[in-house]
Amino acid sequence: MIKTWDTVVRKPRKKPYRWLIYIALILIYVWAFSGVEFSGLKKTAGKVFSSIVSGIFSPDWGYVYLPDGEDLLRGLLDTLMISILGTFISAILCIPFAFWSARNMSRLRTVSGTGKIILSIVRTFPELVMALIFIKAVGPGSFAGVLALGVHSIGMLGKLYGDEIENIDRGPSEALTASGANKLQTLWFAVLPQVLPGFLSYTLYRFEINMRSASVLGAIGAGGIGVPLIFALSTRHWDRVGIILLGIVVMITITDLFSSAIRRKLV
Amino acid sequence: MSIRADLNITPPVTPVKQRPKPPNRLKHYLTAVLVLLLLWFSAHRTEASFGELFEGMPEMMKLLKEMFPPRWSYFDNIVDGMLDTIRMAWLGTTFGAILSIPVALLCASNISPSRWVYYPVRFLLNLVRTVPDLLMAALFVAIFGIGPFAGMLALTVFSFGLMSKLIYEVMETIDHGPLEAMQAVGANRIQNIVYAVVPQVQAHFMSYLLYTFEINVRAAAVLGLVGAGGIGLFYEATLGFLEYDKTCVIILFTLAIVLIIDYASTKLREKLL
Repeated sequence: MIKTWDTVVRKPRKKPYRWLIYIALILIYVWAFSGVEFSGLKKTAGKVFSSIVSGIFSPDWGYVYLPDGEDLLRGLLDTLMISILGTFISAILCIPFAFWSARNMSRLRTVSGTGKIILSIVRTFPELVMALIFIKAVGPGSFAGVLALGVHSIGMLGKLYGDEIENIDRGPSEALTASGANKLQTLWFAVLPQVLPGFLSYTLYRFEINMRSASVLGAIGAGGIGVPLIFALSTRHWDRVGIILLGIVVMITITDLFSSAIRRKLV
Repeated sequence: MSIRADLNITPPVTPVKQRPKPPNRLKHYLTAVLVLLLLWFSAHRTEASFGELFEGMPEMMKLLKEMFPPRWSYFDNIVDGMLDTIRMAWLGTTFGAILSIPVALLCASNISPSRWVYYPVRFLLNLVRTVPDLLMAALFVAIFGIGPFAGMLALTVFSFGLMSKLIYEVMETIDHGPLEAMQAVGANRIQNIVYAVVPQVQAHFMSYLLYTFEINVRAAAVLGLVGAGGIGLFYEATLGFLEYDKTCVIILFTLAIVLIIDYASTKLREKLL
Protein backbone atom coordinates (compact mmCIF):
# COMPACT_ATOMS: atom_id res chain seq x y z
CA MET A 1 0.00 0.00 0.00
CA ILE A 2 1.29 3.39 -0.90
CA LYS A 3 1.47 5.80 1.94
CA THR A 4 -0.43 8.91 1.08
CA TRP A 5 -0.11 12.21 2.78
CA ASP A 6 -3.28 11.58 4.74
CA THR A 7 -2.00 8.40 6.34
CA VAL A 8 1.38 9.85 7.24
CA VAL A 9 0.18 13.05 8.80
CA ARG A 10 -3.12 12.67 10.56
CA LYS A 11 -5.36 15.62 10.82
CA PRO A 12 -5.42 16.86 14.39
CA ARG A 13 -8.46 15.41 16.07
CA LYS A 14 -11.00 17.95 17.06
CA LYS A 15 -11.93 17.94 20.67
CA PRO A 16 -15.38 16.47 21.28
CA TYR A 17 -16.59 19.29 23.48
CA ARG A 18 -15.57 21.93 20.97
CA TRP A 19 -19.12 22.64 19.83
CA LEU A 20 -20.16 23.18 23.44
CA ILE A 21 -17.77 26.13 23.61
CA TYR A 22 -19.19 27.56 20.40
CA ILE A 23 -22.74 27.28 21.71
CA ALA A 24 -21.74 28.91 24.98
CA LEU A 25 -20.09 31.78 23.09
CA ILE A 26 -23.18 32.31 20.93
CA LEU A 27 -25.38 32.33 24.02
CA ILE A 28 -23.13 34.91 25.67
CA TYR A 29 -23.40 37.17 22.65
CA VAL A 30 -27.18 36.80 22.48
CA TRP A 31 -27.35 37.66 26.16
CA ALA A 32 -25.05 40.65 25.72
CA PHE A 33 -26.91 42.08 22.77
CA SER A 34 -30.24 41.63 24.50
CA GLY A 35 -29.22 44.13 27.18
CA VAL A 36 -27.59 46.83 25.10
CA GLU A 37 -30.47 47.93 22.96
CA PHE A 38 -29.80 50.44 20.27
CA SER A 39 -32.47 52.97 21.07
CA GLY A 40 -31.82 54.91 17.91
CA LEU A 41 -30.08 58.21 17.58
CA LYS A 42 -31.28 61.08 19.66
CA LYS A 43 -33.33 63.50 17.61
CA THR A 44 -30.69 66.11 18.10
CA ALA A 45 -27.87 63.69 17.29
CA GLY A 46 -27.13 65.09 13.86
CA LYS A 47 -27.01 68.63 15.12
CA VAL A 48 -24.95 67.72 18.16
CA PHE A 49 -22.54 65.68 16.07
CA SER A 50 -22.01 68.42 13.51
CA SER A 51 -21.50 71.01 16.22
CA ILE A 52 -19.04 68.71 17.99
CA VAL A 53 -17.08 68.23 14.79
CA SER A 54 -17.13 71.90 13.86
CA GLY A 55 -16.23 72.80 17.46
CA ILE A 56 -13.35 70.38 17.57
CA PHE A 57 -12.02 71.61 14.24
CA SER A 58 -12.36 75.26 15.10
CA PRO A 59 -11.03 75.35 18.65
CA ASP A 60 -11.47 78.34 20.89
CA TRP A 61 -7.89 79.60 20.74
CA GLY A 62 -8.71 82.47 23.06
CA TYR A 63 -8.99 79.98 25.90
CA VAL A 64 -5.35 78.89 25.71
CA TYR A 65 -4.18 81.79 27.83
CA LEU A 66 -6.32 84.15 29.83
CA PRO A 67 -4.47 86.70 31.91
CA ASP A 68 -6.82 86.31 34.85
CA GLY A 69 -7.85 82.99 36.28
CA GLU A 70 -8.64 79.63 34.73
CA ASP A 71 -7.34 78.84 31.28
CA LEU A 72 -6.07 75.86 29.32
CA LEU A 73 -2.38 76.17 30.19
CA ARG A 74 -3.04 76.44 33.91
CA GLY A 75 -5.43 73.49 33.77
CA LEU A 76 -2.85 71.37 31.98
CA LEU A 77 -0.14 72.43 34.42
CA ASP A 78 -2.39 71.41 37.30
CA THR A 79 -3.03 68.03 35.68
CA LEU A 80 0.70 67.51 35.18
CA MET A 81 1.45 68.43 38.78
CA ILE A 82 -1.31 66.15 40.10
CA SER A 83 0.13 63.20 38.22
CA ILE A 84 3.74 63.93 39.21
CA LEU A 85 2.93 64.18 42.88
CA GLY A 86 0.50 61.26 42.81
CA THR A 87 3.05 59.03 41.10
CA PHE A 88 5.75 60.06 43.58
CA ILE A 89 3.56 59.29 46.59
CA SER A 90 2.63 55.85 45.27
CA ALA A 91 6.23 55.07 44.27
CA ILE A 92 7.28 55.58 47.88
CA LEU A 93 4.27 53.95 49.54
CA CYS A 94 4.30 50.82 47.40
CA ILE A 95 7.85 49.76 48.33
CA PRO A 96 6.90 48.02 51.62
CA PHE A 97 3.97 46.33 49.85
CA ALA A 98 6.30 45.13 47.10
CA PHE A 99 8.70 43.52 49.58
CA TRP A 100 5.76 42.03 51.43
CA SER A 101 4.33 40.44 48.30
CA ALA A 102 7.64 39.22 46.79
CA ARG A 103 7.90 35.46 47.21
CA ASN A 104 11.67 35.37 47.72
CA MET A 105 11.65 37.89 50.56
CA SER A 106 9.73 35.78 53.06
CA ARG A 107 9.95 32.16 54.02
CA LEU A 108 6.22 31.52 54.18
CA ARG A 109 4.09 31.44 51.05
CA THR A 110 1.11 32.72 53.02
CA VAL A 111 2.90 35.99 53.77
CA SER A 112 3.56 36.85 50.14
CA GLY A 113 0.14 35.48 49.22
CA THR A 114 -1.71 37.90 51.51
CA GLY A 115 0.44 40.75 50.19
CA LYS A 116 -0.56 39.89 46.64
CA ILE A 117 -4.25 39.72 47.54
CA ILE A 118 -4.13 43.13 49.22
CA LEU A 119 -2.44 44.64 46.17
CA SER A 120 -5.02 43.21 43.80
CA ILE A 121 -7.85 44.55 45.95
CA VAL A 122 -6.26 48.01 45.88
CA ARG A 123 -5.88 47.65 42.12
CA THR A 124 -9.52 46.82 41.50
CA PHE A 125 -10.87 49.63 43.66
CA PRO A 126 -11.90 52.25 41.08
CA GLU A 127 -9.84 55.40 41.36
CA LEU A 128 -12.86 57.60 40.79
CA VAL A 129 -14.49 56.14 43.90
CA MET A 130 -11.26 56.72 45.76
CA ALA A 131 -11.26 60.30 44.54
CA LEU A 132 -14.83 60.72 45.80
CA ILE A 133 -13.77 59.51 49.24
CA PHE A 134 -10.76 61.83 49.35
CA ILE A 135 -12.88 64.74 48.20
CA LYS A 136 -14.94 64.10 51.33
CA ALA A 137 -11.81 64.36 53.43
CA VAL A 138 -9.91 67.31 51.95
CA GLY A 139 -12.58 69.00 49.89
CA PRO A 140 -12.74 69.26 46.10
CA GLY A 141 -9.54 70.31 44.39
CA SER A 142 -6.21 69.12 43.13
CA PHE A 143 -5.06 67.63 46.42
CA ALA A 144 -7.92 65.12 46.42
CA GLY A 145 -6.81 64.05 42.94
CA VAL A 146 -3.22 63.64 44.13
CA LEU A 147 -4.30 61.44 47.02
CA ALA A 148 -6.59 59.32 44.85
CA LEU A 149 -3.86 58.69 42.27
CA GLY A 150 -1.30 58.11 44.99
CA VAL A 151 -3.33 55.43 46.73
CA HIS A 152 -4.76 53.80 43.62
CA SER A 153 -1.37 53.45 41.90
CA ILE A 154 0.01 51.48 44.85
CA GLY A 155 -1.90 48.45 43.55
CA MET A 156 -0.24 48.25 40.18
CA LEU A 157 3.17 49.65 41.10
CA GLY A 158 3.41 47.32 44.10
CA LYS A 159 2.77 44.33 41.87
CA LEU A 160 5.32 45.42 39.25
CA TYR A 161 7.92 46.22 41.91
CA GLY A 162 7.23 42.86 43.54
CA ASP A 163 7.79 41.03 40.25
CA GLU A 164 11.06 42.91 39.84
CA ILE A 165 12.18 41.83 43.32
CA GLU A 166 11.26 38.22 42.58
CA ASN A 167 13.51 38.25 39.53
CA ILE A 168 16.74 39.35 41.21
CA ASP A 169 19.96 37.37 41.13
CA ARG A 170 20.58 35.65 44.49
CA GLY A 171 24.39 35.77 44.11
CA PRO A 172 25.13 39.21 45.53
CA SER A 173 22.87 38.73 48.56
CA GLU A 174 24.47 35.35 49.31
CA ALA A 175 27.95 36.83 48.97
CA LEU A 176 27.06 39.60 51.37
CA THR A 177 25.46 37.21 53.86
CA ALA A 178 28.56 35.02 53.67
CA SER A 179 30.79 37.97 54.51
CA GLY A 180 28.65 38.74 57.54
CA ALA A 181 26.36 41.51 56.45
CA ASN A 182 23.15 41.95 58.34
CA LYS A 183 19.69 41.98 56.75
CA LEU A 184 19.61 45.73 56.23
CA GLN A 185 23.06 45.82 54.63
CA THR A 186 22.11 42.99 52.26
CA LEU A 187 19.02 44.89 51.28
CA TRP A 188 20.91 48.13 50.73
CA PHE A 189 23.96 46.80 48.85
CA ALA A 190 22.66 43.70 47.04
CA VAL A 191 18.92 44.03 46.45
CA LEU A 192 18.45 47.73 45.92
CA PRO A 193 21.07 48.28 43.18
CA GLN A 194 19.53 45.43 41.20
CA VAL A 195 15.94 46.57 41.39
CA LEU A 196 16.37 50.34 41.19
CA PRO A 197 16.46 50.73 37.37
CA GLY A 198 13.37 48.54 37.07
CA PHE A 199 11.59 50.52 39.78
CA LEU A 200 12.33 53.84 38.06
CA SER A 201 11.21 52.53 34.70
CA TYR A 202 7.90 51.25 36.10
CA THR A 203 7.37 54.54 37.92
CA LEU A 204 7.72 56.45 34.67
CA TYR A 205 5.35 54.04 32.97
CA ARG A 206 2.82 54.57 35.74
CA PHE A 207 3.31 58.31 35.36
CA GLU A 208 2.14 58.03 31.75
CA ILE A 209 -1.00 56.20 32.89
CA ASN A 210 -1.63 58.66 35.71
CA MET A 211 -1.43 61.52 33.26
CA ARG A 212 -4.48 60.05 31.52
CA SER A 213 -6.34 59.43 34.76
CA ALA A 214 -5.59 62.91 36.04
CA SER A 215 -7.26 64.42 33.01
CA VAL A 216 -10.53 62.64 33.81
CA LEU A 217 -10.46 62.83 37.62
CA GLY A 218 -11.54 66.43 37.22
CA ALA A 219 -14.90 65.18 36.00
CA ILE A 220 -15.90 64.60 39.60
CA GLY A 221 -14.18 67.69 40.98
CA ALA A 222 -10.68 66.46 41.73
CA GLY A 223 -8.89 69.32 40.00
CA GLY A 224 -6.93 69.60 36.79
CA ILE A 225 -8.11 70.06 33.24
CA GLY A 226 -11.11 67.74 33.72
CA VAL A 227 -13.05 70.37 35.63
CA PRO A 228 -13.33 72.92 32.79
CA LEU A 229 -13.75 70.06 30.31
CA ILE A 230 -16.82 68.58 31.99
CA PHE A 231 -18.18 72.06 32.43
CA ALA A 232 -17.73 72.79 28.73
CA LEU A 233 -19.28 69.43 27.81
CA SER A 234 -22.36 69.99 29.91
CA THR A 235 -22.86 73.55 28.72
CA ARG A 236 -22.17 72.41 25.12
CA HIS A 237 -19.36 74.84 24.39
CA TRP A 238 -17.99 72.57 21.71
CA ASP A 239 -15.23 74.92 20.57
CA ARG A 240 -13.92 74.91 24.12
CA VAL A 241 -14.21 71.12 24.30
CA GLY A 242 -12.20 71.06 21.09
CA ILE A 243 -9.32 73.14 22.42
CA ILE A 244 -9.22 71.21 25.70
CA LEU A 245 -9.15 67.84 23.94
CA LEU A 246 -6.41 69.15 21.69
CA GLY A 247 -4.48 70.33 24.74
CA ILE A 248 -4.83 66.94 26.44
CA VAL A 249 -3.72 65.06 23.33
CA VAL A 250 -0.66 67.30 22.88
CA MET A 251 0.31 67.12 26.55
CA ILE A 252 -0.07 63.34 26.80
CA THR A 253 1.91 62.83 23.60
CA ILE A 254 4.75 65.03 24.86
CA THR A 255 4.93 63.38 28.29
CA ASP A 256 4.81 59.91 26.69
CA LEU A 257 7.72 60.75 24.37
CA PHE A 258 9.68 62.29 27.23
CA SER A 259 9.17 59.48 29.68
CA SER A 260 9.78 56.69 27.18
CA ALA A 261 13.06 58.39 26.18
CA ILE A 262 14.17 58.34 29.82
CA ARG A 263 12.97 54.75 30.22
CA ARG A 264 15.02 53.61 27.24
CA LYS A 265 18.09 55.12 28.89
CA LEU A 266 17.40 53.37 32.17
CA VAL A 267 16.89 49.80 31.04
CA MET B 1 65.11 27.68 27.13
CA SER B 2 61.60 28.94 27.22
CA ILE B 3 59.53 29.70 24.21
CA ARG B 4 59.12 33.23 25.32
CA ALA B 5 62.81 33.95 25.11
CA ASP B 6 62.94 32.31 21.67
CA LEU B 7 60.35 34.58 20.29
CA ASN B 8 61.92 37.53 22.03
CA ILE B 9 58.77 38.60 23.78
CA THR B 10 59.14 40.65 26.88
CA PRO B 11 56.60 39.92 29.58
CA PRO B 12 54.05 42.69 29.78
CA VAL B 13 54.80 45.33 32.34
CA THR B 14 52.06 45.40 34.90
CA PRO B 15 51.20 49.02 35.53
CA VAL B 16 51.02 50.23 39.08
CA LYS B 17 47.48 49.59 40.12
CA GLN B 18 45.64 52.73 40.88
CA ARG B 19 42.28 52.92 42.45
CA PRO B 20 39.72 53.78 39.81
CA LYS B 21 38.36 57.23 40.33
CA PRO B 22 34.86 57.32 41.70
CA PRO B 23 32.39 58.29 39.00
CA ASN B 24 31.39 61.89 38.89
CA ARG B 25 28.49 62.38 41.22
CA LEU B 26 27.57 65.87 40.04
CA LYS B 27 25.00 64.65 37.54
CA HIS B 28 23.22 62.61 40.19
CA TYR B 29 23.10 65.54 42.60
CA LEU B 30 21.74 67.80 39.88
CA THR B 31 19.04 65.24 38.99
CA ALA B 32 18.10 64.91 42.64
CA VAL B 33 17.85 68.69 43.04
CA LEU B 34 15.75 68.92 39.89
CA VAL B 35 13.37 66.21 41.05
CA LEU B 36 13.02 67.81 44.48
CA LEU B 37 12.29 71.19 42.91
CA LEU B 38 9.67 69.60 40.67
CA LEU B 39 8.03 67.90 43.63
CA TRP B 40 8.10 71.05 45.70
CA PHE B 41 6.56 73.03 42.89
CA SER B 42 3.83 70.47 42.27
CA ALA B 43 3.02 70.30 45.96
CA HIS B 44 2.76 74.06 45.97
CA ARG B 45 0.63 74.11 42.83
CA THR B 46 -1.82 71.42 43.95
CA GLU B 47 -2.03 72.97 47.41
CA ALA B 48 -1.05 69.69 48.98
CA SER B 49 -0.94 69.97 52.72
CA PHE B 50 -0.74 66.99 54.94
CA GLY B 51 -2.10 69.03 57.80
CA GLU B 52 -5.30 69.30 55.83
CA LEU B 53 -5.25 65.55 55.23
CA PHE B 54 -4.98 64.88 58.95
CA GLU B 55 -7.71 67.39 59.65
CA GLY B 56 -9.84 65.62 57.08
CA MET B 57 -9.14 62.21 58.55
CA PRO B 58 -12.04 62.25 61.02
CA GLU B 59 -14.34 63.26 58.15
CA MET B 60 -13.10 60.28 56.18
CA MET B 61 -13.50 58.00 59.16
CA LYS B 62 -17.06 59.23 59.56
CA LEU B 63 -17.66 58.38 55.92
CA LEU B 64 -16.24 54.91 56.38
CA LYS B 65 -18.35 54.42 59.48
CA GLU B 66 -21.43 55.37 57.52
CA MET B 67 -20.49 52.82 54.90
CA PHE B 68 -20.64 49.98 57.39
CA PRO B 69 -22.64 47.90 57.80
CA PRO B 70 -23.49 47.71 54.08
CA ARG B 71 -27.20 47.66 53.32
CA TRP B 72 -27.47 44.26 51.65
CA SER B 73 -31.08 44.73 50.63
CA TYR B 74 -29.89 47.18 47.99
CA PHE B 75 -28.12 44.32 46.24
CA ASP B 76 -31.21 43.31 44.24
CA ASN B 77 -31.46 46.78 42.68
CA ILE B 78 -27.93 46.81 41.31
CA VAL B 79 -27.69 43.34 39.75
CA ASP B 80 -29.16 44.63 36.48
CA GLY B 81 -26.73 47.54 36.42
CA MET B 82 -23.82 45.20 36.99
CA LEU B 83 -24.95 42.89 34.19
CA ASP B 84 -25.20 45.93 31.91
CA THR B 85 -21.62 46.82 32.83
CA ILE B 86 -20.40 43.34 31.90
CA ARG B 87 -22.37 43.41 28.65
CA MET B 88 -20.91 46.79 27.73
CA ALA B 89 -17.40 45.58 28.45
CA TRP B 90 -17.86 42.32 26.53
CA LEU B 91 -19.36 43.89 23.40
CA GLY B 92 -16.94 46.81 23.46
CA THR B 93 -14.02 44.40 23.67
CA THR B 94 -15.38 42.27 20.82
CA PHE B 95 -15.96 45.14 18.42
CA GLY B 96 -12.70 46.82 19.35
CA ALA B 97 -10.82 43.58 18.74
CA ILE B 98 -12.46 43.03 15.34
CA LEU B 99 -11.63 46.58 14.26
CA SER B 100 -8.07 46.27 15.49
CA ILE B 101 -7.16 43.37 13.17
CA PRO B 102 -6.98 45.30 9.85
CA VAL B 103 -5.37 48.30 11.52
CA ALA B 104 -2.74 46.13 13.21
CA LEU B 105 -1.94 44.55 9.84
CA LEU B 106 -1.40 48.02 8.40
CA CYS B 107 0.77 49.08 11.35
CA ALA B 108 3.15 46.11 11.48
CA SER B 109 6.29 47.09 9.60
CA ASN B 110 6.91 43.58 8.23
CA ILE B 111 3.41 43.10 6.79
CA SER B 112 2.30 46.59 5.88
CA PRO B 113 2.67 47.54 2.20
CA SER B 114 5.05 50.43 2.77
CA ARG B 115 6.33 52.86 5.34
CA TRP B 116 4.09 55.49 3.79
CA VAL B 117 1.20 53.46 5.18
CA TYR B 118 2.38 52.39 8.58
CA TYR B 119 3.79 55.63 9.93
CA PRO B 120 0.59 57.66 9.35
CA VAL B 121 -1.63 54.82 10.66
CA ARG B 122 0.49 54.49 13.78
CA PHE B 123 0.28 58.22 14.32
CA LEU B 124 -3.53 58.13 14.10
CA LEU B 125 -3.57 55.18 16.49
CA ASN B 126 -1.51 57.15 19.01
CA LEU B 127 -4.01 59.98 18.78
CA VAL B 128 -6.88 57.56 19.48
CA ARG B 129 -5.09 56.21 22.53
CA THR B 130 -4.49 59.61 24.11
CA VAL B 131 -8.20 60.39 24.47
CA PRO B 132 -9.30 59.03 27.88
CA ASP B 133 -12.27 56.62 27.79
CA LEU B 134 -14.39 58.71 30.11
CA LEU B 135 -14.24 61.65 27.69
CA MET B 136 -15.13 59.39 24.82
CA ALA B 137 -18.12 58.19 26.82
CA ALA B 138 -19.18 61.76 27.54
CA LEU B 139 -19.03 62.58 23.82
CA PHE B 140 -21.00 59.47 22.84
CA VAL B 141 -23.61 60.21 25.49
CA ALA B 142 -24.09 63.61 23.88
CA ILE B 143 -24.72 61.93 20.52
CA PHE B 144 -26.58 58.73 21.38
CA GLY B 145 -28.25 59.68 24.60
CA ILE B 146 -27.88 58.23 28.08
CA GLY B 147 -27.54 54.44 28.24
CA PRO B 148 -25.23 51.48 27.81
CA PHE B 149 -24.99 51.93 24.05
CA ALA B 150 -22.84 55.05 24.43
CA GLY B 151 -20.68 53.23 26.96
CA MET B 152 -20.23 50.30 24.62
CA LEU B 153 -19.07 52.61 21.82
CA ALA B 154 -16.62 54.37 24.13
CA LEU B 155 -15.16 51.02 25.19
CA THR B 156 -15.01 49.92 21.54
CA VAL B 157 -12.83 52.88 20.64
CA PHE B 158 -10.73 52.42 23.76
CA SER B 159 -10.16 48.68 23.20
CA PHE B 160 -9.48 49.30 19.54
CA GLY B 161 -6.59 51.60 20.42
CA LEU B 162 -5.16 49.25 23.01
CA MET B 163 -5.57 46.00 21.04
CA SER B 164 -4.16 47.43 17.80
CA LYS B 165 -0.97 48.46 19.52
CA LEU B 166 -0.52 45.15 21.36
CA ILE B 167 -1.25 43.07 18.25
CA TYR B 168 0.98 44.93 15.85
CA GLU B 169 3.84 44.62 18.30
CA VAL B 170 3.30 40.85 18.35
CA MET B 171 3.08 40.73 14.56
CA GLU B 172 6.44 42.41 14.28
CA THR B 173 8.09 39.65 16.29
CA ILE B 174 6.75 36.67 14.30
CA ASP B 175 8.99 34.10 12.67
CA HIS B 176 9.69 35.04 9.05
CA GLY B 177 10.20 31.46 7.83
CA PRO B 178 6.56 30.69 7.06
CA LEU B 179 6.12 34.07 5.36
CA GLU B 180 9.05 33.41 3.04
CA ALA B 181 7.87 29.87 2.34
CA MET B 182 4.44 31.15 1.38
CA GLN B 183 5.95 33.76 -0.89
CA ALA B 184 8.19 31.14 -2.51
CA VAL B 185 5.20 29.03 -3.50
CA GLY B 186 3.48 32.07 -4.90
CA ALA B 187 0.90 32.99 -2.30
CA ASN B 188 -0.73 36.37 -2.57
CA ARG B 189 -0.96 38.86 0.26
CA ILE B 190 -4.25 37.55 1.68
CA GLN B 191 -3.09 33.92 1.64
CA ASN B 192 0.13 35.04 3.24
CA ILE B 193 -1.72 36.65 6.11
CA VAL B 194 -4.20 33.79 6.58
CA TYR B 195 -1.69 30.92 6.53
CA ALA B 196 1.54 32.49 7.79
CA VAL B 197 0.63 35.36 10.10
CA VAL B 198 -2.67 34.37 11.71
CA PRO B 199 -1.58 30.99 13.11
CA GLN B 200 1.39 32.64 14.77
CA VAL B 201 -0.48 35.47 16.44
CA GLN B 202 -3.86 33.96 17.27
CA ALA B 203 -2.93 32.72 20.74
CA HIS B 204 -1.53 36.14 21.62
CA PHE B 205 -4.60 37.74 20.17
CA MET B 206 -6.90 35.73 22.45
CA SER B 207 -4.72 36.45 25.44
CA TYR B 208 -4.76 40.19 24.78
CA LEU B 209 -8.49 40.02 24.18
CA LEU B 210 -9.01 38.65 27.68
CA TYR B 211 -6.62 41.21 29.12
CA THR B 212 -8.52 44.04 27.41
CA PHE B 213 -11.77 42.60 28.72
CA GLU B 214 -10.39 42.77 32.26
CA ILE B 215 -9.45 46.41 31.81
CA ASN B 216 -12.79 47.19 30.21
CA VAL B 217 -14.81 45.75 33.08
CA ARG B 218 -13.01 48.14 35.41
CA ALA B 219 -13.45 51.05 33.03
CA ALA B 220 -17.13 50.22 32.42
CA ALA B 221 -17.80 50.33 36.14
CA VAL B 222 -17.12 54.07 36.22
CA LEU B 223 -18.42 55.12 32.79
CA GLY B 224 -21.87 55.50 34.33
CA LEU B 225 -20.66 58.63 36.08
CA VAL B 226 -21.05 60.51 32.80
CA GLY B 227 -24.32 58.79 31.98
CA ALA B 228 -23.08 55.84 29.94
CA GLY B 229 -25.08 53.17 31.75
CA GLY B 230 -24.04 50.32 33.97
CA ILE B 231 -23.15 50.24 37.63
CA GLY B 232 -21.60 53.73 37.53
CA LEU B 233 -25.07 55.29 37.46
CA PHE B 234 -25.64 53.80 40.89
CA TYR B 235 -22.42 55.25 42.25
CA GLU B 236 -23.60 58.66 41.22
CA ALA B 237 -27.13 58.18 42.61
CA THR B 238 -26.12 56.78 46.01
CA LEU B 239 -23.28 59.24 46.55
CA GLY B 240 -25.52 62.11 45.54
CA PHE B 241 -28.13 61.14 48.12
CA LEU B 242 -25.45 60.47 50.75
CA GLU B 243 -26.52 56.84 51.12
CA TYR B 244 -23.07 55.52 51.78
CA ASP B 245 -24.23 52.15 53.07
CA LYS B 246 -25.64 51.50 49.59
CA THR B 247 -22.44 52.75 47.97
CA CYS B 248 -20.57 50.23 50.03
CA VAL B 249 -22.69 47.39 48.61
CA ILE B 250 -21.90 48.62 45.08
CA ILE B 251 -18.19 48.82 45.80
CA LEU B 252 -18.08 45.32 47.30
CA PHE B 253 -20.09 43.88 44.41
CA THR B 254 -17.84 45.54 41.82
CA LEU B 255 -14.79 44.25 43.66
CA ALA B 256 -16.16 40.70 43.70
CA ILE B 257 -17.04 40.71 39.99
CA VAL B 258 -13.71 42.21 38.95
CA LEU B 259 -11.77 39.71 41.07
CA ILE B 260 -13.72 36.77 39.60
CA ILE B 261 -13.20 37.96 36.03
CA ASP B 262 -9.51 38.65 36.67
CA TYR B 263 -9.04 35.18 38.10
CA ALA B 264 -10.92 33.42 35.29
CA SER B 265 -9.12 35.33 32.57
CA THR B 266 -5.70 34.78 34.13
CA LYS B 267 -6.36 31.03 34.23
CA LEU B 268 -7.55 31.03 30.60
CA ARG B 269 -4.56 33.06 29.47
CA GLU B 270 -2.16 30.66 31.18
CA LYS B 271 -3.77 27.86 29.17
CA LEU B 272 -3.48 29.78 25.91
CA LEU B 273 0.20 30.69 26.00
